[in-house]
Amino acid sequence: MFLAIRELGFARLRFALMGAVIALISVLMVMLSGLSVGLVRDGVSGLQNLPVTSFAFAHGVQHDSAFSRSVVDASAVDTWRDQPGVAEATPFGNTLINGRTDGGTEVDLALFGVETDSFLSPAVSEGDRLGPADGIVVSPTAIDAGLRVGDTVTVDRLGTRLRVVGVTEQQDTFGHVDVAYVPLATWQAVKSGTPAGAQVPAQATQEITAVAVRAADGDSVDLAAGDKAAGTESLTLDESYGASPGYTAETTTLQLIQGFLYAISALVAGAFFAVWAIQRRQEVAVLRALGASTRWVLRDALTQALILLALAIAVGMGIGLGLGALISGGNVPFALHPQSIAAAAAGLLVLGLVGAAAAVVRLTSIDPATALGGNR
Amino acid sequence: MSSRTTPSPSAPGTTPADLGLVMRGVHLRHGDGAETVHALDDVDLTVAPGELAAIVGPSGAGKSSLLAVAGGLARPDEGTVTVAGHDMTVSSRRARTELRRRHVGFVFQSGNLLPALTAADQLRLPLRLGGRRDRSGRDPLQMLAHVGLAGKADRRPHQLSGGERQRVGIARALMTEPSVLLVDEPTAALDRARSHDIVQLLAQEARERSVAVVMVTHDHDVLQYCDTIYEMIDGKLATSS
Ligand SMILES: Nc1ncnc2c1ncn2[C@@H]1O[C@H](COP(=O)(O)OP(=O)(O)OP(=O)(O)O)[C@@H](O)[C@H]1O
Ligand SMILES: [Mg+2]
Repeated sequence: MFLAIRELGFARLRFALMGAVIALISVLMVMLSGLSVGLVRDGVSGLQNLPVTSFAFAHGVQHDSAFSRSVVDASAVDTWRDQPGVAEATPFGNTLINGRTDGGTEVDLALFGVETDSFLSPAVSEGDRLGPADGIVVSPTAIDAGLRVGDTVTVDRLGTRLRVVGVTEQQDTFGHVDVAYVPLATWQAVKSGTPAGAQVPAQATQEITAVAVRAADGDSVDLAAGDKAAGTESLTLDESYGASPGYTAETTTLQLIQGFLYAISALVAGAFFAVWAIQRRQEVAVLRALGASTRWVLRDALTQALILLALAIAVGMGIGLGLGALISGGNVPFALHPQSIAAAAAGLLVLGLVGAAAAVVRLTSIDPATALGGNR
Repeated sequence: MSSRTTPSPSAPGTTPADLGLVMRGVHLRHGDGAETVHALDDVDLTVAPGELAAIVGPSGAGKSSLLAVAGGLARPDEGTVTVAGHDMTVSSRRARTELRRRHVGFVFQSGNLLPALTAADQLRLPLRLGGRRDRSGRDPLQMLAHVGLAGKADRRPHQLSGGERQRVGIARALMTEPSVLLVDEPTAALDRARSHDIVQLLAQEARERSVAVVMVTHDHDVLQYCDTIYEMIDGKLATSS
């Protein structure tokens, strides 16, 4: 520490350059973290907020498009309700619609069809809960986009008129589209393409997207056994995120970039401290000759790396959070999540230290006898 | 360790030599096979506390090698080396480091100061190498004043002249009150007047603090201040007339 901080001060320009690179990487990390949390929230918050532990989709359905392709017979709900460990099971319908308000504004909604008295019927922060056949409860993000309680949305082509009766408590989006909860019968009419006022085909009233299952608290449900009994194919809630449009592609892309950034920060720190270590050879030989143990030399060098990395990451994270605050609230999906930012900071610090340590261990091999003579 | 902190030639049971540097039958070879260099060839050397011994000799004769072995930087292939009675040839690198820190002071050509440290911090450094519990030693500012650098405590090496750097180097080596001071070509980078100053300072410190000083030099001009003069040729050490 004695030497480490004095060297930091003495060669501050050199260290500041290195710190700036790490700080920029940290800024990028915050941005990426904000973007990925934002994208996840935009992609699947409608699902995350559901009090559901698993969905039973049609057997053999493609997992990445299960919500749009799956069709399950409503009778499967009763089978699931009787499975051991299941607290509740209820029909769930999912479809994307385009519509417009009476004012002519275009709105896209992800319709979640639920039974109005089921555990899926959402609590509201404004207006009324689900009830009337034409009533919908929308995500507050739809309100931010200009929709209001009392507005009517007319579904394109079908002419079905849906009235906004309430607003859910938190952001509910699915595949970047605002969620609207709708009574199951109305959802079945829209899903089957029945125009307003026409008779819904009898078969359509038996069809749902999936059985929403909630396990009893602390209990686990044997999904395979349930699937066998009901002829369905279950995904846990987490697995079902992958069935949200674009979710897997978006998250893996961001994770890949984050992974690269971690690797880059380790390499940058490693390269910098490798050069630094070479420049310090004579100095370290002198230290060793004066009686510094290799442990002393290593500890001092690593302390230096730790101070530099911690400062740079703190500065970078600070700038990143400031920029993030400016961005979030706009129309970029961006959300700052303290835990994932702390994890990113810790990751950068640890990998930077690993890189520095790999470079600095070379100092232990310096022969203190080279301090003598001055010419070797 | 009272025998070290108050070195007294008349202490019962010890001879002056035991308290300084004693080398007996020391051999050091570099490399192997046909390329072997016999850097030290049966070297015997005794330097008593308070004595300033000079070693002269041609380049490549083994002078730096002798200092390295005397200070535990290198292990001899044969022979014994003791500093204040401590065996400097123990195999443990850590043990030799510890012995160096406690009993040996090194002064290098052109000072070999750390560029980031002020003169005062250069002197504090040796006291910091031994961990928290072990920071006793001289007072850095007093020591600086003692070597004539009272007003220059906050200067870094690049703000000091060559002679001043060498004074800082000497002061740094004396901070831990070593028994033996090993000095490699201290005047190589200095002019005549400065060289005399530096060697006079070494002679004075040797006497005042009862330190056994071994100084390697090419500078025959300064030998007048030395108590004993040795000549080294091809790894062999001989007393010089
Ligand atoms: N690490 C080493 N490996 C191989 N040979 C070495 C090594 N160190 C020193 N030597 C050889 O040992 C001999 C003595 O070297 P040393 O540095 O002790 O000489 P010196 O008397 O100090 O010379 P100078 O006056 O030039 O400093 C030389 O022949 C040198 O080439
Ligand atoms: Mg030499």
